[in-house]
Amino acid sequence: MNVDFSRFVSNLKWMGLGMLGIFMIIGIIIASTYIISHATKNIGKKD
Amino acid sequence: MGELKLLFDGLLAFFEGDNWKMLIMWAIGALLIFLAIKKEMEPTLLLPIGFGAILMNFPGTGIAEPLHTLYNAGIANELFPLILFIGIGAMIDFGPLLNNPKLMLFGAAAQFGIFFTLCMASIFFPSQNDYFSIAVIGAADGPTSIVVATELESELVGQITVAAYSYMALVPIIQPPVIKLLTTREERRIRMTYKQNSVSKTTKILFPIIISIIACVFAPGAASLIGFLMFGNLIRECGVLDSLSETAQKVLANLVTLFLGITIAFNMTASQFLSGKTLLIMGLGLVAFIVDTAGGVLFAKLYNVFATIFKFEKINPMIGAAGISAFPMSGRIVHKMALEEDNQNFLLMHSIGVNVSGQIASVIAGALILGFAGH
Repeated sequence: MNVDFSRFVSNLKWMGLGMLGIFMIIGIIIASTYIISHATKNIGKKD
Repeated sequence: MGELKLLFDGLLAFFEGDNWKMLIMWAIGALLIFLAIKKEMEPTLLLPIGFGAILMNFPGTGIAEPLHTLYNAGIANELFPLILFIGIGAMIDFGPLLNNPKLMLFGAAAQFGIFFTLCMASIFFPSQNDYFSIAVIGAADGPTSIVVATELESELVGQITVAAYSYMALVPIIQPPVIKLLTTREERRIRMTYKQNSVSKTTKILFPIIISIIACVFAPGAASLIGFLMFGNLIRECGVLDSLSETAQKVLANLVTLFLGITIAFNMTASQFLSGKTLLIMGLGLVAFIVDTAGGVLFAKLYNVFATIFKFEKINPMIGAAGISAFPMSGRIVHKMALEEDNQNFLLMHSIGVNVSGQIASVIAGALILGFAGH
């Protein structure tokens, strides 16, 4: 088995980029959800 | 005498070369069947996987051929996990999440385990496709793990799937000690008020459509995963396709699960499965689930720091742990733990809201990983 601890450090960029990407997309989804909830508050049948 | 030997050819074949290792695979298969039946751990998948693992490990049988056909028809082209996602989408009620959309932040935070495991796995596995695939065990989401590993053409798809489903079943054992280690009794007793805002039917219908659009724009790799999940949810919420929704939730999901489990076993031959790599993958899977849980809880504690500074309502940090996508086990565990600390503390709606957000976030994480790998 080829064990190389330096790969941990070199892959930290994916960790940063991945978490940034998730929070960014989830942030957009949260904002959109608030917007559609607000916009459709009085439309249609309430549950 | 020669004819008599024919009767024992199957038995004698076990003593040729490394064929004795197949007996170890029988033991693994039996263990999976035992866990499925006796402990009721993910029985819908662990039982067919366990039985398939036994079937796949007989020398000179033709069982691999039909399983190979099923593998090509349903897993190599990702059809089974994607169809299963329609059923899962039809089962999920996003109501608690739509009631309090900021809960989605905790679903995002709990994906930290995926990316931490990616770095950890890279230490031992030089192939980028392998360590990217292993990382997705942390999604706590079997179909996403299968899709990513298959898309990346990782040879470890069998081990990854077994690890993902095994740890999903072990969530009630893995999560509580991690949560208790990271929280104080006072924190676990924090009560959260639940305001039942009315969520309009239009919102529930628009939600899966909007999510699909956002995910496809920002994480194109998620198009199929999110698309099928949200399609199932749209069938559920539209109100005019009740029979389809019921079929997706029950018949369709059951049918695909039936084939999915036994087909995964196609990769569970002794020569492929019995290696140090498998043990390592199981270990990394455990790391992924622990770090996912810790990520969610610590993010919730960070939220509370801001809540103290800016004087808004604190949350119970345990709900952060429900951000992993093992649905609904994780949400229920948090609810149960809260009741153990204070029998009047009902966190179910909050924890289930975070839990379903974990489902969305884990798919997005899988898509991001596919994007990083250039898919």
